[in-house]
Amino acid sequence: MDLRSNIPGGPIDQKWENHKADLKLVNPANKRKFSVIVVGTGLAGASAAATLAELGYNVHAVTYHDSPRRAHSIAAQGGINAAKNYQNDGDSVWRLFYDTVKGGDFRAREANVHRLAEVSVNIIDQCVAQGVPFAREYGGYLANRSFGGAQVSRTFYARGQTGQQLLIGAYQAMMRQVGLGKVKLHHKKEMMDLIVVNGRARGVVMRDLVDGKISHMTADAVLLCTGGYGNVFYLSTNAMNCNVTAAFRAWKRGAAFGNPCYTQIHPTCIPVSGDYQSKLTLMSESLRNDGRIWVPKKQGDTRSPEQIPEDDRDYYLERKYPSFGNLSPRDIASRAAKEVCDEGRGVGPGGLGVYLDFAEAIGRLGEKTVSDRYGNLFDMYQQITGENPYKTPMRIYPAVHYTMGGLWVDYNLMSNVPGLFVLGEANFSDHGANRLGASALMQGLADGYFVIPYTLGGYFGQGGIERISDDAPEVRQAVEATKEKVNRLLSINGKRTPTSFHRELGKIMWDYCGMARNEKGLRTALERIPALREEFWQNLTVPGTGEQLNQTLELASRVADFLEFGELMCLDALHRNESAGGHFRTEYQTEDGEAQRNDDDYCYVGAWEYTGEIAKSALHKEPLTFENVKLATRSYK
Amino acid sequence: MNLRLHIWRQAGPDAQGMLRTYDVRDVSEHMSFLEMLDVLNEELLAKGEEPIAFDHDCREGICGTCGLVINGRPHGPLPRVTTCQLHMRSFKDGDEIYIEPWRATAFPVLRDLVVDRSAFDRVISKGGYISVNTGNAQDGNAIPIPKKDADRAFDAAACIGCGACVAACPNSSAMLFVAAKAGHLGLLPQGQAERSERALSMILTADEAGFGACTNHYECEAACPKGIPAEFIAMLNKDFFSAALASRD
Ligand SMILES: Cc1cc2nc3c(=O)[nH]c(=O)nc-3n(C[C@H](O)[C@H](O)[C@H](O)COP(=O)(O)OP(=O)(O)OC[C@H]3O[C@@H](n4cnc5c(N)ncnc54)[C@H](O)[C@@H]3O)c2cc1C
Ligand code: SF4
Ligand code: FES
Repeated sequence: MDLRSNIPGGPIDQKWENHKADLKLVNPANKRKFSVIVVGTGLAGASAAATLAELGYNVHAVTYHDSPRRAHSIAAQGGINAAKNYQNDGDSVWRLFYDTVKGGDFRAREANVHRLAEVSVNIIDQCVAQGVPFAREYGGYLANRSFGGAQVSRTFYARGQTGQQLLIGAYQAMMRQVGLGKVKLHHKKEMMDLIVVNGRARGVVMRDLVDGKISHMTADAVLLCTGGYGNVFYLSTNAMNCNVTAAFRAWKRGAAFGNPCYTQIHPTCIPVSGDYQSKLTLMSESLRNDGRIWVPKKQGDTRSPEQIPEDDRDYYLERKYPSFGNLSPRDIASRAAKEVCDEGRGVGPGGLGVYLDFAEAIGRLGEKTVSDRYGNLFDMYQQITGENPYKTPMRIYPAVHYTMGGLWVDYNLMSNVPGLFVLGEANFSDHGANRLGASALMQGLADGYFVIPYTLGGYFGQGGIERISDDAPEVRQAVEATKEKVNRLLSINGKRTPTSFHRELGKIMWDYCGMARNEKGLRTALERIPALREEFWQNLTVPGTGEQLNQTLELASRVADFLEFGELMCLDALHRNESAGGHFRTEYQTEDGEAQRNDDDYCYVGAWEYTGEIAKSALHKEPLTFENVKLATRSYK
Repeated sequence: MNLRLHIWRQAGPDAQGMLRTYDVRDVSEHMSFLEMLDVLNEELLAKGEEPIAFDHDCREGICGTCGLVINGRPHGPLPRVTTCQLHMRSFKDGDEIYIEPWRATAFPVLRDLVVDRSAFDRVISKGGYISVNTGNAQDGNAIPIPKKDADRAFDAAACIGCGACVAACPNSSAMLFVAAKAGHLGLLPQGQAERSERALSMILTADEAGFGACTNHYECEAACPKGIPAEFIAMLNKDFFSAALASRD
């Protein structure tokens, strides 16, 4: 497997400019002759589809949602980073670059991260032009807030609905192109497989979710913008339908999977309330701007929070990390919460919770200001828990939130399968082993608005893309494979529901490949997942037919892929004998319990190749070099 | 608590539908309404029956995918709460609950409680945007926007495209949805150039899609989970008439 990162030469701050100048161009008349399939209409997909159509390409946008505006990006709350330095607080492209490399625990590619920081400023301008109603100060200028892992205020936001507003902006830009006939929308269609012809990605197989028809579509390039795979854990903050199928199928067709074990556990989510729990709800990290996190000092203290005096409280983040305090990065804040709960100091049912307290902020700012800043989050919390956070502290606990791992891509966002590009959360590229808050929205839009329009042209400009016939054997084979999978799922006639398998897999993943991992646990998971998979294929029930709207079938098909993918994640976690960012191996920690990296042996991207059997997947390494930010132990103390 | 549910079942777009009755037991008040349906569906599956199809995704009240008419009210009994954010503590032991899909010509039922709302996308594709290509933007702070204008635009932009307004309207009008988009863009300086054309084009497209006319019932406002005020409809009408007048000469 050939993993060339294709990082351009030259100093870090000139690489992108030089590269753009070097990339081949496609002249406007020729752009009409190229067609592109964009799978996914979240921030990455919608921004790419809109921009490519504006340039003149023929774009097909595919989504399993009924409307492209419903992509999971819609749920992002807190904000989007950009190195505008409007606050004059010392921010710069360099600092955003530095924070992101350090925040990622030195497991991301420097060149990609620098480009991300460079284009971050254009994103804000573009979004404002589209009418995204970012928060403003009284003078009419754009407002900012702070997010974890940074000491400057560079996060732009639209109340607690930043993802919604950014996605609506990108969606509208794309719908404009739909109206103009340059984007053809395929909604309620699920990509089931990737079509590779003569080594190049040339199309997708889709299932129509309304009438069950299985069809295919070919094109000159395929962009996967299909989001993350956090739902392998069953419970996560991701939308219910998020799944790994598109990326996983591409993996099985030859694309390398980068760092599948890097998962982000978000520190501030509403704790689980019962067995029926279907998903977890995030409480935005922005709350940590004003909320203080604490637990009782004493184990098993059952007093209500109001009755616990200051002296009996442990504001553990402020204590352990005085310079970042409540705004410590996510991996660190999550682990610290787990630690205090493991010590028996957790609060709420089952002791799996910590307080996020606004009493001090309400005293300092008044209830009105706090409500202006976080009103919708407070309402959401009350709606779900029945408790009023203005009166009593929120209870929060970490939950799976984001996946840094993803399909491996080079600097051009192209996978090792030529013609297959991967954007947004679906790729592995920019966040290393831990993503900083407000950086996923930035990356999705950077990829879609400002990177792919150049690099896709570069690919087409090189030529060599042949015409293919619609009934090429590779096309027929992929369609048949999908039909076979669907028929197999329908014909097991067993007893267990897809959800029951999903829940069981999720528990294995959370227990053994979650916030803390170790060799023994991972080996247990590696035995239990294949066994569960075997039971799945013998004892699954999916009533109804394949020729109808059949949500059980949709879920079964996704769970089938999770059941294989989970194993790959555990393999990756087991091989990485170090702790880095979100990947915490209990065997590798410092004396005071911090993650201990091993740069001598693991300073690389672990890219996995499918070889026909998950357990025998082949590991390839893309070495990472740090020329601009010196490799150092991450400290937020 | 124990409940009796009457749920709309319909095998496909052209099939005849009907209400069927299900009893659910030991429902916890902490469950969400959709989790209550999840539990019922798992029971149905265990019996080898086809579960009830309903749409949902984020379960956080933001994606606009969910939408059930609960006891005659789109999104159920609570004001400003989507179906997915409704919790069972709003019900009590022994309640009978009627659960039906959105009903509107422009939103055909696909199966059980799932409807097709792509007509909304068609409306947006005909004017629901600011025509600016990627790469043309000036600095984000070049045009200061008074906070109150930005906040007001945001109030309109908060629409989640769920369609409850249409489901609530006796005429199945989409005017609140259209007005929310027109209001969002029309209140911002960036949106002025296309303001009246936008209104005209979106309203004509909504008519073509089969949405009815607005005759000021204001049921939409009451049903809207995001509290989009009906006064945006007045603003839309103004833009529409000035565009219609202008297009005469
Ligand atoms: C609750 C929450 C809050 C967040 N808040 C923030 C924040 O404040 N700031 C921040 O920077 N990040 C935040 N994030 C992370 C961020 O929202 C996501 O990482 C980002 O939006 C992902 O965008 P995307 O375009 O890559 O994918 P998505 O938005 O997930 O879109 C995926 C698309 O792919 C489609 N798709 C997937 N598979 C298939 C298939 N097989 N066939 C057809 N279509 C398919 C889906 O329909 C969808 O359109 C948050 C995440 C969560 C869960
Ligand atoms: S206006 Fe309100 S009810 Fe109508 S689609 Fe928007 S959010 Fe839903
Ligand atoms: S499921 Fe997203 S709004 Fe209800």
